[in-house]
Amino acid sequence: MSWTEAFQDVLGPGWGYFIGTLLLILLIALPVMVGVALAVYADRKIWASMQLRRGPNVVGPFGILQTFADALKLFLKETIIPSGANKGVFLIAPMITFTLALIAWAVIPFDAGLVLADLNVGLLYLFAISSMGVYGIIMSGWASNSKYPFLGGLRSAAQMVSYEVSIGFVIVCVVLYAASFNLSDIVLAQKGNVLGFLNGNIFNPLLFPMAILFFISALAETNRPPFDLPEAEAELVAGYQVEYSSMAFALFFLGEYANILLMCALTSVLFLGGWLPPVDWAPLYVIPGFFWMMGKIFFMFFVFAWVKATVPRYRYDQLMRLGWKVFLPLSLLWVVIVSGWLVFTGHFDTLPGVSI
Amino acid sequence: MLLHGGWVPPRAEPSIRTAPRPVITTLAFYLFAGIVVTAATMVILSRNPVHSVLWLILAFFNAAGLFVLLGAEFLAMILVIVYVGAVAVLFLFVVMMLDIDFAALRAGFVKYLPAGIALAVLLLVELLLVQGVSSFGPVTPTAANAPVSAAAGMTNTQALGSLIYTRYVYIFQAAGMVLLTAMIGAIVLTHRQRPGTRRQDIGMQNARTPAQSTSKVRVTSGEGVEL
Repeated sequence: MSWTEAFQDVLGPGWGYFIGTLLLILLIALPVMVGVALAVYADRKIWASMQLRRGPNVVGPFGILQTFADALKLFLKETIIPSGANKGVFLIAPMITFTLALIAWAVIPFDAGLVLADLNVGLLYLFAISSMGVYGIIMSGWASNSKYPFLGGLRSAAQMVSYEVSIGFVIVCVVLYAASFNLSDIVLAQKGNVLGFLNGNIFNPLLFPMAILFFISALAETNRPPFDLPEAEAELVAGYQVEYSSMAFALFFLGEYANILLMCALTSVLFLGGWLPPVDWAPLYVIPGFFWMMGKIFFMFFVFAWVKATVPRYRYDQLMRLGWKVFLPLSLLWVVIVSGWLVFTGHFDTLPGVSI
Repeated sequence: MLLHGGWVPPRAEPSIRTAPRPVITTLAFYLFAGIVVTAATMVILSRNPVHSVLWLILAFFNAAGLFVLLGAEFLAMILVIVYVGAVAVLFLFVVMMLDIDFAALRAGFVKYLPAGIALAVLLLVELLLVQGVSSFGPVTPTAANAPVSAAAGMTNTQALGSLIYTRYVYIFQAAGMVLLTAMIGAIVLTHRQRPGTRRQDIGMQNARTPAQSTSKVRVTSGEGVEL
């Protein structure tokens, strides 16, 4: 008996389904928003610790309410629409960023069966959503009708399209192993997949380089340092979001961090074994899968913050060179190697196929 | 516990068991189709080319929704990834970079209007001729073009893949070759090596040692040094 069925029993098939699904969406979206607030706090704290500072420590215990105070301040500010701006596009852009960052969470499995939409093309759905994320930025950059946002928007469009290509190839490598686009299947395919007792594609020597490559591409895809050129404050003030204030800015900010958390979740699903413990050992399964998943997301987020605190920003031409001349050939070659190895070892022999 | 069990039909009489779902599907179809048609119209009606591209993207996105309704979820996702995520971004990129003079753009409108109308009339006549000559009856499947049913337990993606890479492999590869040729052609046409430009070579930079790039010179006072 699932959640939606319980609602259908009480409210009838149509309304029960509708209201049950709506509540589930809220049940995922609201914790994601709280998670984003805590992630911003964690980001600042980790960053501060690495620079031997204290970080936010005034609002609430250990400063944990700092983000909520910042958000409140933003909401109370005046919304300014520049007179030269293209109003419609200017207002839609932050909404697109925010909405896309939230709807992607629909297919993330937090535990066995604990997923809103168990699509059989879940990974492609995520890829499609993340490839549309560029529109929020490029539209805001153009609609602001100002030099810095425009340059930031153009930079980010080129950057995100470039790194998407290599992310696509890395995803193909993982999908070849799992023989499915369904995220739950991908997690289950990692159960004891290396030496019979390690859970996670990252322990697979053939996929380990791809995990590193995916992580770096994810940094570029989310505009995180060292690839934060679209908003490089030293050159472009704040890039595409210069002209935004109040709620619109808050939407960009929330969307950005929700995307970062999403990339962390995706990395854990694809390479760290999702809700499975890292070692296929019975006592570890006592801890519910949900906590393993959360722990892995937080670990990935820590690495994101770690990179931000330690690595200097790339120069733009070097960023493009890395994407097109290093990552693209490498990942393309790796697809050939992985598929060759899998065919050689008879990985696909049991799959159903059309006989012609 | 399964969180979201998917659609469960009501357990009452068979007549209403399947009733709500087609209604929702039909509503979704008219929603998507309506937006596609509106967006496509706005592509040619909007005065700002950037707005045109944005409407085009909306049309693509809703066309993907139509694919989902058809049960072709793989094609729907690929449509969004390829057309919305890559092609339209480059479109938008180019249109934004162009410095378009709207007055000059609209200057030739009246001049080209007769030619445009003639072309439209020609297309309309052709469509009507096609309508008159052939009948749009249902296509009778023969052994050659009969649809191949997917094996049991196969997903949309697997069925598509196992057809493309077996029965249609030559056509598929040929399409890939055409795209590759276009790509190489574009690179050949735009890539030129100008003599005299200093390019950055990361390998050479990393291989450089202090011994290669620095030297000690003793300078006598008031004479300077030739480098």
